[in-house]
Amino acid sequence: MARRYSVRRQRGFTSIALLCFALLYLPIATMVVFAFNAGTTVGALEGVSLRWFATAWNNDRVIEATIRSLTVAPIAALVATVAATMAALATTRTASYRGLAFKVAFINQPLMVPEIVTAVALLVVFSRIKVWTGYTGIGYLIAAHIAFCIPFAFLPIRARLETMDLSLERAAADLYATPWMVFRRVTFPLLWPAILAGFMLAFVVSLDDVVITEFIKSAGQETLPTYMLGQLRRTVTPEMNAISTMFLALSIAVVTLFFFLSRKKD
Amino acid sequence: MPEEKSAIEICDVTKLFGDAFKALDGVSLSIRKNEFFTLLGPSGCGKTTLLRLIAGFEYPTAGTIQLHGKDIATLPPYQRPINTVFQNYALFPHMTASQNIGFGLEMLGRPKAEIAARVDEMLRLVRMEGLRHRRTTELSGGQQQRVALARALAPTPKVLLLDEPLSALDYKLRKEMQIELKRLQLETGITFIFVTHDQEEALTMSDRIAVLSGGRVLQVGNPREIYDCPGDRFVADFIGEANFLSGEIIVATKDRAQVRLASGADILARLPDTAPQQGKVTIIVRPEHAEVHADGRPSPLSGTLESIVYFGTDTHLHVRLAHGDRFVVRRQNSPLQDAALVAGATVGVAFDLAAAQILRN
Ligand SMILES: Nc1ncnc2c1ncn2[C@@H]1O[C@H](COP(=O)(O)OP(=O)(O)OP(=O)(O)O)[C@@H](O)[C@H]1O
Ligand SMILES: [Mg+2]
Repeated sequence: MARRYSVRRQRGFTSIALLCFALLYLPIATMVVFAFNAGTTVGALEGVSLRWFATAWNNDRVIEATIRSLTVAPIAALVATVAATMAALATTRTASYRGLAFKVAFINQPLMVPEIVTAVALLVVFSRIKVWTGYTGIGYLIAAHIAFCIPFAFLPIRARLETMDLSLERAAADLYATPWMVFRRVTFPLLWPAILAGFMLAFVVSLDDVVITEFIKSAGQETLPTYMLGQLRRTVTPEMNAISTMFLALSIAVVTLFFFLSRKKD
Repeated sequence: MPEEKSAIEICDVTKLFGDAFKALDGVSLSIRKNEFFTLLGPSGCGKTTLLRLIAGFEYPTAGTIQLHGKDIATLPPYQRPINTVFQNYALFPHMTASQNIGFGLEMLGRPKAEIAARVDEMLRLVRMEGLRHRRTTELSGGQQQRVALARALAPTPKVLLLDEPLSALDYKLRKEMQIELKRLQLETGITFIFVTHDQEEALTMSDRIAVLSGGRVLQVGNPREIYDCPGDRFVADFIGEANFLSGEIIVATKDRAQVRLASGADILARLPDTAPQQGKVTIIVRPEHAEVHADGRPSPLSGTLESIVYFGTDTHLHVRLAHGDRFVVRRQNSPLQDAALVAGATVGVAFDLAAAQILRN
């Protein structure tokens, strides 16, 4: 029997694949294991306990940073998704014109410009505004997060709109639906899995951000990632592992939720 | 008043795409009320573009479109009492068959009870009562086609536009749906504007046909006029099969002319007003209007029988004429075979005065 060609039978395929998986998951597994360490180091396992989770839970600064992260991320993701949806509609539901591709690239700017550049630019502008207005609240952080979240929400929504059959919207208009009703009854119901995907992506990106947040935040405005970064400069205890593990659990929950939400639709 | 009679009045409509490409070039058509009107033409001739102008998805670069005497050329689609059956049906995948059919009435703000009653009526009309709660993605091609039709008919539009609605169906279903469509048009009394590039479909279904080519209307007429009296060579060639003979007019009278063919033979042919009244002309003869015989009797054309192609109901006889042209004759098959007609035989080709017509250049 002739064996069919399969990339899986290439020499070395299995070992390379295993190596890649090991690189991806071994560190995570190690991190999770040491979160349960009863000892005080991340080097030697001295029995299993939940003490570091308790420590993190009782650490006001951790709780405060977590609440801040979970405030900024949903607001930024929501606003970015609304803006991205409008941008995606405007760039796909129009007759093609010169400069359209340029405009799309413009919207995606935060993906292409190094994050550090955006961070410095925002810092300069925001510090001016702070001087003029005297406002030092969390608004700057939210505004910055909205800005860099937009392309992440924009990409999946635009991709979906591009492949969506225009004749459905035409058919609705033909059947007396005003442009707003076309959007409400046809475009939106068909687009919402992509909108949800865009929101999730923006949410995760915002939750995760260090560079821009580090530059923009006023004193005492730590988010969870910047707080952890700050802690790493001092002693490393398994508390970091415990926080990271909870972070991991949260993202797995979000991804799973999204998976089931989008599958239900299809 | 002319507005009384026509449903759609298209006046000198031109549509440019880009700066120079004319998808439609000075199209004028008058489509009557309750008419089954067909736009027929090869791919890319502008049929869909014309429908989209009538539906309102595009606006004409120049010219006017009137619906029952009112200019609609600049109204958006949702303000035109015109509905479309799309080529790919464009059914809403997130709604059931009933929801699809009720959509138009819902958008018009009709009461729920009225919508439900009308949806039932439509489902009955297209014989889909049993499948009302199905998602449209779970319907066969023919069923989707019926839902699309019902959806477009439900709001009782003044005009229904159909863009090649049958092209995705297999032969048998297609024949069935042709009859169904014709029945629906008669029952509803709605003006149908139907697009196809299938000439047989156009001939069997239409009250009148407009033949388009390159964004222009070449001829408008009922199926008989289009088939029997094609105005020019393109129409003659596009609709049915045709033999073309070239010759020169010797004598022309009011509606007929004596023409000397390239072979030297003289024949009589019909001479429409639109055709040239003198000089070199082209004559069309339909394959089924001519006959072939091998008994040596004098005939205007003669040649060699090259091949005989059997088609079941009829047979095509391919004759190579003495001066080189090919001429096809179609004869109905009968149980009796003509033994003298074998490939290679010398044959004569004859036809009636009524069968030969001079074309516009
Ligand atoms: N949006 C557009 N932009 C540019 N050119 C277009 C556009 N729509 C149609 N055309 C061109 O206009 C011409 C007529 O197109 P149309 O779709 O009306 O043809 P059609 O007669 O419907 O053909 P088919 O039988 O293949 O459907 C074609 O040459 C097509 O390429
Ligand atoms: Mg078309």
